[in-house]
Amino acid sequence: MCGFVGYLGDVEPAAAEKLLRRMTDSIAHRGPDEQGVYVSPGAGLGHARLSVVGLGDGQQPMASASGDLHIAFNGEIFNYVELRDELKARGRRFRTGSDTEVILHLYEEMGPDCVDVMNGDFAFAIWDGPRQRMFFARDRMGVRPLFYTEVRGTLYFASEVKALLQVPGFAAELDEIALDQIFTLWAPIAPRTAFKNVYELEPAHIMIADKGGLATRPYWRLDFPDAEASREPRDEVRAAEELRALLTDATRIRMRADVTVGSYLSGGLDSSIVSALAAPMAAGGLRTFSVTFDSAEHDESEFQEEMALAIGSHHSAVNVGPGDIASVFPKVIDATERPVIRTAPAPLYQLSGLVRARGIKVVLTGEGADEVFAGYDIFKETLVRRFCDRQPGSTGRPHLFRKLYPYLPGLQKQSAAYLAAFFGAGKDSLDDPLYSHRPRMRNTAAAKLFFSADLRARLAPYDAAAELAASLPERFSRWHPLHQAQYLESRYLLPGYILSSQGDRMAMAHGIEGRFPFLDHRLVEFASRLPPSMKLKGLVEKHILREATKDLLPASIGRRVKQPYRAPDSQSFVGAGEQEWMREAMSPEAIADSGFFDVSTVRKLTEKCRHQAVTGFRDNAAFVGILSTQLWNRSFAGKRAGATEAA
Amino acid sequence: MTQQIKDTVKAFIIENFLFGDTSYALDDDVSLIESGVVDSTGVLELVTFIEDQFGLEMADSDIVPANLDSLACIAAFIETKTAKVQPAEQAAGAA
Repeated sequence: MCGFVGYLGDVEPAAAEKLLRRMTDSIAHRGPDEQGVYVSPGAGLGHARLSVVGLGDGQQPMASASGDLHIAFNGEIFNYVELRDELKARGRRFRTGSDTEVILHLYEEMGPDCVDVMNGDFAFAIWDGPRQRMFFARDRMGVRPLFYTEVRGTLYFASEVKALLQVPGFAAELDEIALDQIFTLWAPIAPRTAFKNVYELEPAHIMIADKGGLATRPYWRLDFPDAEASREPRDEVRAAEELRALLTDATRIRMRADVTVGSYLSGGLDSSIVSALAAPMAAGGLRTFSVTFDSAEHDESEFQEEMALAIGSHHSAVNVGPGDIASVFPKVIDATERPVIRTAPAPLYQLSGLVRARGIKVVLTGEGADEVFAGYDIFKETLVRRFCDRQPGSTGRPHLFRKLYPYLPGLQKQSAAYLAAFFGAGKDSLDDPLYSHRPRMRNTAAAKLFFSADLRARLAPYDAAAELAASLPERFSRWHPLHQAQYLESRYLLPGYILSSQGDRMAMAHGIEGRFPFLDHRLVEFASRLPPSMKLKGLVEKHILREATKDLLPASIGRRVKQPYRAPDSQSFVGAGEQEWMREAMSPEAIADSGFFDVSTVRKLTEKCRHQAVTGFRDNAAFVGILSTQLWNRSFAGKRAGATEAA
Repeated sequence: MTQQIKDTVKAFIIENFLFGDTSYALDDDVSLIESGVVDSTGVLELVTFIEDQFGLEMADSDIVPANLDSLACIAAFIETKTAKVQPAEQAAGAA
């Protein structure tokens, strides 16, 4: 796990090395152990290394034996041991014990198709000298990032956008369409990013850049059977056994490292399963790490301690108290590099700091299980809405909404009629491809109320939901409604927010590598073929996963209803102990200066958050969204670092 | 009377849910939920406001969209409810 940078085009050689070093320095947090650069006429690579595999011989950029290829690689190829054995059996010789060299050999043999045999979380660039082209690839689910931009005909790329700020002539500007997307969908729709004219390589895509330009294509697709086929019964016992074997192997190969691998332990089902599977594989005992909260509404320490005791892990926790989220939030937005509408990344930033302080570089997490096995409440919500829509006048059916979101007291207190109204029962067409996500989109988009009149005017004809709907594959309409909802979560929110803003960027801010057994593509493909009823059985989420792992967990954890990971939002910033940077960022002058939001309504929102005991979803999302946009603007907008050095 | 109630409620909604944004087309029949003006927490704020402002006690059965999801519904509900309260108070005063 590391970070890399590079360019393709005409950069004066003397300036090139300096530029690559500056770009690499700017993402040194991703790879604090070593740095290296490679410059060739017309192309260059830089690398910041977090040494995890092949500690002594995995320096990068790495050249192939022939010297024709040079690679900069961020991530891990978890099946590199098997791939290396196969390559050796075919007569290939290895100089190092690293997975990086495996990629070079595979590319030499297979070209761009090399990604087909890789099981891992990766983003890399290979400079192919003989072909005078740069080959890029990104892992299937979007764990590792890769951004690029073009400045005066030269292509620049990096693991984080902040490295691109070092490029002479590049000036950061907020992409207002992306802002609209964040205030509707929680994340930009890739390849768009929060930065105008900066793009990300989409998950499961490769890109080839040469003098002819850029060409991208997917090499893997998240797919589901047609609705009728997906309902065909399957033997549940056998399916559970197969799932267990796959998950065990996914965990096993993610324990491969030349350093100690720890595990996050939230106290929920998913990280408990991963930790329980990993514990017997960890030489010297498993190290587990948690976030605890002073706020009882968010705290799960009781379950964390119970699980740690059950698996005998050496457990550490970082507590989030009043003011802690606010204290780190500016650094969090420096790391996310995009506005966010929730504070949930902040405690994860603190958690990765704890892991680093304990001397651990790699952690397993339970992320991905909710997307793959239908754990989120949005899946149940879709089911209940559809159930209500079949009998629109029913006064009894909307009571089922009470079984959703048990942690939202404002919702639990409502009448059945209001519940039906809030969830838009009867409002959305059952044929709408975004049916499952319409209530969430409506509730989030309500926060656009705070956009300034000018911004609203500039965005007037734009509809983020329509763009999302238009981007869906043709086969989407043939899938079961649960699978459609899973696709929307897995293809957009997972890479666009969960794995990036809460995942890679929070962990890498402290040089920590996260690994995700539930996102092993073999497991994802297996789960996509399971009947919907094995995942969401009635209103019990992740049924087949519970069946497959019931011997691993204490009953109290195995039976737990999904408690989504959340953190206190607007209340983290207002009231006693308000921090000066917050007042400054939300001041009328700063709001007017950035120009994205309306000065008067933002002032009233801030006052409301200050004086109200409970803040609703829209107001929380708006407050955090506005504050993070202001921070983004302060940190990035107009930055032209590197301009003087280039002169 | 109805217009006065509507004006009072509208002023509260504009200030509390629209944060003073008067450019929003808050017509009498606009659904407060569908238009994103009120969410689940907002309904509780609205109920508290009506109880405090108009001296009413709202039963659980009163808290339904039919009574609260538009300015017109709210005004009609408050008028009906106050009409029931006032004769009862007058009768009590006469006794």
